Amino acid sequence: MNATPLIELDDVRVAFTGGGLRRTKTEVLHGVSLDIRPGETHGLVGESGSGKTTIGRAILGLVPLESGSIRFRGERIDGLRGTRRRALATQVQVVFQDPYTSLNPSLTIGDTLAEPLRAQGMGLADARRRIRELLDAVALPSGAADRLPREFSGGQRQRVAIARALAIRPALIVCDEAVSALDLTTQRTVLELLLSIQKETGVSYLFISHDLSVVRHMSHRVSVIYRGDIVESGDAAVVTSAPSHPYSRKLLLSAPVVDPAAQAERRRQFESEFAGARR
Amino acid sequence: MFSRLLYGAQNTLGGAVIALAVALVIGIPTGLLAGYYGSWFDSVSSWVVNLVMALPAMVVLLASRAILGNTVWVLMIVMGVLVAPSFFRLVRGIVVTVRNELYVDAARVSGLRDWRIIGRHILIVVRGPIIVQISLVAGVAIGLQAGLEFLGIGSGSTPTWGAALNEAFQNIQRAPVLMVWPGVALGVTSAALVLFGSSVRDILEEGAGEPPRAVALPAEAPRDADSAPRGTLLSVRDLAVAYARDGGGEKEVVHGVSLDIDTGRILGLVGESGSGKSQTAFSVLGILPQGGRVSRGSITVGGTEIVGLPEKRHRGLRGRTIAYIPQEPMSNLDPSFTIGSQLVEPMRVTLGLGAAEARTKAIELLRMVEIADPERTFRSYPHQISGGMAQRVLIAGAMSCDPELVIADEPTTALDVTVQAEVLNLLRRLQSERGMGVLLVTHNLGVVADICDTVAVMEHGRIVETGTVAQVLTAPSHPYTQRLLASVLDESDVRPPWRDPSTEVTPA
Repeated sequence: MNATPLIELDDVRVAFTGGGLRRTKTEVLHGVSLDIRPGETHGLVGESGSGKTTIGRAILGLVPLESGSIRFRGERIDGLRGTRRRALATQVQVVFQDPYTSLNPSLTIGDTLAEPLRAQGMGLADARRRIRELLDAVALPSGAADRLPREFSGGQRQRVAIARALAIRPALIVCDEAVSALDLTTQRTVLELLLSIQKETGVSYLFISHDLSVVRHMSHRVSVIYRGDIVESGDAAVVTSAPSHPYSRKLLLSAPVVDPAAQAERRRQFESEFAGARR
Repeated sequence: MFSRLLYGAQNTLGGAVIALAVALVIGIPTGLLAGYYGSWFDSVSSWVVNLVMALPAMVVLLASRAILGNTVWVLMIVMGVLVAPSFFRLVRGIVVTVRNELYVDAARVSGLRDWRIIGRHILIVVRGPIIVQISLVAGVAIGLQAGLEFLGIGSGSTPTWGAALNEAFQNIQRAPVLMVWPGVALGVTSAALVLFGSSVRDILEEGAGEPPRAVALPAEAPRDADSAPRGTLLSVRDLAVAYARDGGGEKEVVHGVSLDIDTGRILGLVGESGSGKSQTAFSVLGILPQGGRVSRGSITVGGTEIVGLPEKRHRGLRGRTIAYIPQEPMSNLDPSFTIGSQLVEPMRVTLGLGAAEARTKAIELLRMVEIADPERTFRSYPHQISGGMAQRVLIAGAMSCDPELVIADEPTTALDVTVQAEVLNLLRRLQSERGMGVLLVTHNLGVVADICDTVAVMEHGRIVETGTVAQVLTAPSHPYTQRLLASVLDESDVRPPWRDPSTEVTPA
């Protein structure tokens, strides 16, 4: 159980500078620490504005840190720039929420997938072969390479986005609400795809979602984030089914379940715990 | 005359080409850089651009002629510099919006260099607008140049259209028709440029998808539908919705849907995207998007047939009997008016209340939807309140006319889950206090379990299963419903703790 973490965030603070003359800073992450081990999925659950997406973007190097550190295999990666940051691209990849805006509408699927490969200096023929492998891995027909994103459904586009993330065999993929825009049945197949990829390649996921049941299904460990602070963290079974922090409990009890009798019970419990507390 | 025009074209158009080339070379790269990197370069270049734009072009051209000499080419280069800002602004504006697109982030994460991102992802997006702008600017350049020549300021020796105009003007008494030809040449060239630019753009962005054309066709007479049972508030029989196709003809998206809602009951209409659930709801409201129509079937609300009802009477029904709660609360509030005025206005129109009366009622409604400080919310603008609060405001608006039937289209989908629980509680309370019938469109089976009495499951424009919530959710009979329920993740789907793969014997 003591394998060294693949990635380790220590007391990470992120602030955004507002516009205007005074340039007031708003801190959105107030010292977040978490780690992910090789082959592990760390689930990050929270509501809009909680800062969960910012954590992912900090790992990807898309937002600067105010203080704290991010280590990848023991090495500091926060604040890396230029060539060294690009070298890290082979290790850390991302799947975004919206399958409609995360693919450039004017590039074919093949071009989109070739991009990271070519950026790492792969030859044309090798890249073609790898693209066929990738499309196969995400269960898309190989003819898909010559087509444009608009010819695909949301679920298929998300498969393309996953293929792009997998292209250069990363060690960690940040999945930011990767299935939230998908229909229920499509969502389920994409989740199973992510799990089977993990089994085969040993990739780690940071799985960011607002949906407790999806996070429970995908993650070994789960952290609950609320207004820029992680309020509870631990094994998925504990945090997502029998949480101790009041906010985690509120998240759990507000998510409706499909069994009408169980849902009636859950709603009763929600009201007894939180109805009086509202405003 | 004709030969003069042809020969003059060479100089006129050549001049315009130079001006354009200069403008493009200066405008596009600076625009790209300013838009992509922002920071100081953006501030400085925007400042310079504003300065250049503030200069009166004609005066600068006249001045530069005085200083730099009397050739068309020099003047055209100066003109190029003067019109460069229009490209800068255009490119910068687009780049700023594209810069934060997810696919640009994805490219950055892929380890692409900035110049490759700009070249591949950003240039491709700006090229369409640039082409259109080029044709417009070319027209302007030709016009300006002709103007200069006409004033006799160009190089008098080179034959251009403007010079031709000038000469024609001097001879206007003797041969007035001479004026016409250079004028026609100028006009036709500018128009041709604009048309050419637009079509090049269209070819590049081919098939960007035109919206379906609106075709207003009357609905066919309802088939003899089995009459609705008594006590039924909403009765839909054999409803079909069709959309006009681009090439003519129609595509049916809802194929014969029947459902009933009794007074005081909540029906959940569930299905995945494209199942036709929203189309069904929009038909009841009479607000199908452009090109769509109810092509067959009957919808009665409280016994009144609403298919084929004139728009005016339908509107009256929407204001009083049927209310609508939309999916995106924020985009359904106008950001430039206060919450209060958006609640008061419809009440004054539909209920004929006076200003003070409507205000009192609006505040009462806000209190009813459990908004803590109704007076303050009344005075707030939409951006000052949260999404959950906005949805409460819209619910308050829907309640203002004491509706009998509420159509709620994914009312909690855009909300956080804790807010969703509160809004559902509110809906349930209002519904039972007022005895309304509710048609709740949702993709969330948990929401159905939470709040609905009956449920109808839609797939590909058909209802495949209906029944009480307990029946359908615990013992589904249709394979699609079974598949849908099997996709739901429940508490048993929990992942076991991580184990070090290197110490593990059999992989989990």
